[in-house]
Amino acid sequence: MVPVDYYVILSAILFTIGVLGVLIRRNALIIFMSIELMLNAANLAIVAFGSVIESFSGQIFVFFVIAVAAAEVAIGLALIVEIFKSKRSIDVDQVSGLKG
Amino acid sequence: MTLDLALFLVLACIAVASALGMLLSRNTVYAALYLVLNFITVAIFYLLLGAPFIAMAQITVYTGAIMVLFLFVIMLLGAENLPAPNALPWQKPLAIALAAALFAEAAYLLIVKARSLGNVLPPAEAINATENLRQLGVALFQNYLLPFEIVSILLLVAMIGAITLTKKEKGARSG
Repeated sequence: MVPVDYYVILSAILFTIGVLGVLIRRNALIIFMSIELMLNAANLAIVAFGSVIESFSGQIFVFFVIAVAAAEVAIGLALIVEIFKSKRSIDVDQVSGLKG
Repeated sequence: MTLDLALFLVLACIAVASALGMLLSRNTVYAALYLVLNFITVAIFYLLLGAPFIAMAQITVYTGAIMVLFLFVIMLLGAENLPAPNALPWQKPLAIALAAALFAEAAYLLIVKARSLGNVLPPAEAINATENLRQLGVALFQNYLLPFEIVSILLLVAMIGAITLTKKEKGARSG
């Protein structure tokens, strides 16, 4: 028997690694992958809680999250390709056109 | 130690190690492949939690579609090996301290709230694939039909948006 807090701790660790990826790395693609990692960590916690209360709502919610993540990736990667075309770089420090 | 717990611990080690590999690797292609490994371990966690449909959706959508799209863009841009940027010196320690604080708070709150909930269902009870799929389908198309349709419109909008974003405009200079 696995207590649910083990899953929750694992989910918190993965989420923290995702946050670190967003904060430390300057490569836009790695930052985007870290966001995917955070979405996955949240999904894992939702499914674990759903399993504890023996309900399907958690799984359905995760299904919708996966669908929205797919849409988000399509748009986000298109934006990154556009940024690369105009800046010749995907370093987020280079995207400072609005800086005062 | 039961078999469930041993399986959980081994998979958790793989998940954390692959996430750290994604965070630390210089080469973007390696980072993407580490993330694929991480998504597959999370899919196995879904199987352990009695969600076979979500596990298969995770593998097809995340590792099959999303990460392939990532690899495609990495290779399209030729961004495998970027030179290390001259980052701000105080940024990394500050980021690590903030992330540690976030983890401590989240872990404390979640454990305090979650401890009373008890154990997850053992896989032998939780996995009953046909019954799971039938109930999931009924719930999805009866109680959650409107969100389902809205998600289909969202995917259509995303598809059109991605095409219009990357398409060359007529008469515009290159790109």
